[in-house]
Amino acid sequence: MTALSPTTDTVGKTRKPFAEFCRRFLRQKVALLALAFLVALVFTAVFAPWVAPYDPSAPDYMNVLQGPSAAHWAGTDTYGRDIFSRILWGARISLAVGFLSVTLGAIGGVGMGIVAGYYGGWTDSLVMRLCDLLLAFPGILLAIAVIAILGPGITNVIYAVAIFSIPVFARLARGTTLQLKQAVYVDAARAVGVADPVIMLRHILPGTLPNVIVYFSMRIGTSILTAAALSFIGLGAQPPSPEWGAMLADGRTYMGVADHLTLFPGLAIFLTVLGFNLLGDGLRDALDPKLRSH
Amino acid sequence: MLSYLIKRLLGAIPVVLMVTLAVFAFVHLLPGDPARLVAGPEATAQDVEAVRTALGLDKPLPQQFATYLSNTVQGDFGTSLKTRRPVAEEIGMRLMPTIWLTVFAMVWAVAVGLLIGVISAVRRGRWPDYTGMIVAVSGISFPPFWLGLLLINLFSVRLGWLPTGGYGTWQHFIMPSFTLGLGVAAVMARFTRSAFIEIAREDYVRTARAKGVPERRVIWRHSLRNALIPIITMVGLQFGFLLGGSIVVESVFSWPGVGRLLVDSVSYRDYPVIQALVLMFSLQFILINLLVDVLYVFANPEIRYK
Repeated sequence: MTALSPTTDTVGKTRKPFAEFCRRFLRQKVALLALAFLVALVFTAVFAPWVAPYDPSAPDYMNVLQGPSAAHWAGTDTYGRDIFSRILWGARISLAVGFLSVTLGAIGGVGMGIVAGYYGGWTDSLVMRLCDLLLAFPGILLAIAVIAILGPGITNVIYAVAIFSIPVFARLARGTTLQLKQAVYVDAARAVGVADPVIMLRHILPGTLPNVIVYFSMRIGTSILTAAALSFIGLGAQPPSPEWGAMLADGRTYMGVADHLTLFPGLAIFLTVLGFNLLGDGLRDALDPKLRSH
Repeated sequence: MLSYLIKRLLGAIPVVLMVTLAVFAFVHLLPGDPARLVAGPEATAQDVEAVRTALGLDKPLPQQFATYLSNTVQGDFGTSLKTRRPVAEEIGMRLMPTIWLTVFAMVWAVAVGLLIGVISAVRRGRWPDYTGMIVAVSGISFPPFWLGLLLINLFSVRLGWLPTGGYGTWQHFIMPSFTLGLGVAAVMARFTRSAFIEIAREDYVRTARAKGVPERRVIWRHSLRNALIPIITMVGLQFGFLLGGSIVVESVFSWPGVGRLLVDSVSYRDYPVIQALVLMFSLQFILINLLVDVLYVFANPEIRYK
């Protein structure tokens, strides 16, 4: 992926990179749809206490394991809790875990990547070897190892998933930094005596952002999936938390009897992750039309 | 070519050492006293001291690491806290089921992924392409544990065609390997499509077409062969995904493999087993990446003849 550069259209006037990016992004119907869905989801999550028709943790033993109905859109679980309300509350958990872990991972990774790329030499080797080390633990394994040290729980899942995002962002930021380091404006800044930290923050960081944002979106999908998987195998959010993965684990005993227990939480995870992946695809294509065919 | 392979092999050694060091450090990162963890919560102070001496936890750290390294090389990973049996034995019993599951998943996923990717690339911008890519992006986003539950519900609970879980006959393999492979098939389809489109722009493909080589031959002979190089790299990367994925999928299908052993061990805080498994998973991953590099050399004449 290359950074955006001003492009010239047929009339010959130069467009600003950001305007060009927006114009290209707005043409992508699927990505826009995904964005609309995600915005709606974020709103429902934030306003869940007002939007949710029932208290997500209030048991109702008169209405246990009921299928979807007008009163309970997604049915009720073993304690008679309204599944639709639990899914709305669960959105808060999944989105918060996704955003927080990827933000932490991106800050850590981008910071490390820029410093490594800018200084080169042993700093670079050190950071890159650290990334090699983190990448040597495939997929969810690193997160499980972190959970084994910190103990199960949703807060620890955030750290675990954050650490698992660091090396990817570090490599991405380092690559862009190596390119930008050669840029004339960085040379100029250095020549007039701007301090290194200022150059990195003011002149290099903004250049790495376009790629980081594309990756950010895709990574949130992966992180939500990983966090739900950890909760599903009992290492993340613990019951009675309305976390989607934990709800699925809860409902698996009732398959064939009350399918809605596993249907709706799974659908929620799938649609959310799909939304972030489609948005990420759209952002990537808008950022670099050369990759569009890919 | 040999010198390239040797260089690559030597390059992996520092990573292996770092991984081993990190896994060794793991027990020391745990909150609390490792000797107490091993001795158990009811142990007296004396017992704890005895365990400390027995495990050499009273020795300086570098010496402990040296002992750990030499034990590991000899296949001694200590004793499971849960079963009190050698960790190597616990893992040995469960290794083959995981390897078979991973291999089956990989084989179908790569075959189907390649096929969908090639069809999408060849019919680019038409309905087979759109269908293929919609299936692919859904496959990437599909939670494997949910897919597993849906399959169990349909084929075991409702239709009664396949066992809900466990290990033994070929029927046991169908749902777990499908569940595990779906994500990889999706990634492979997307990747193959883009690699193929890239290749189709190359001069030699145009030349082949221009001189009247049949389209079928252009696709399978001229394009796919060259697209194979990036595809092999991708397959190697996907192995990591499968190793990680097996942990979750094995839990869904009660598969008696190392992935489920890891989850159980984390819940039980069986640290010697966790330590050994984390080391094993990552060494496997490093080894597979090395193998990919070797294959890469064979697939890419540019490196081969250097």
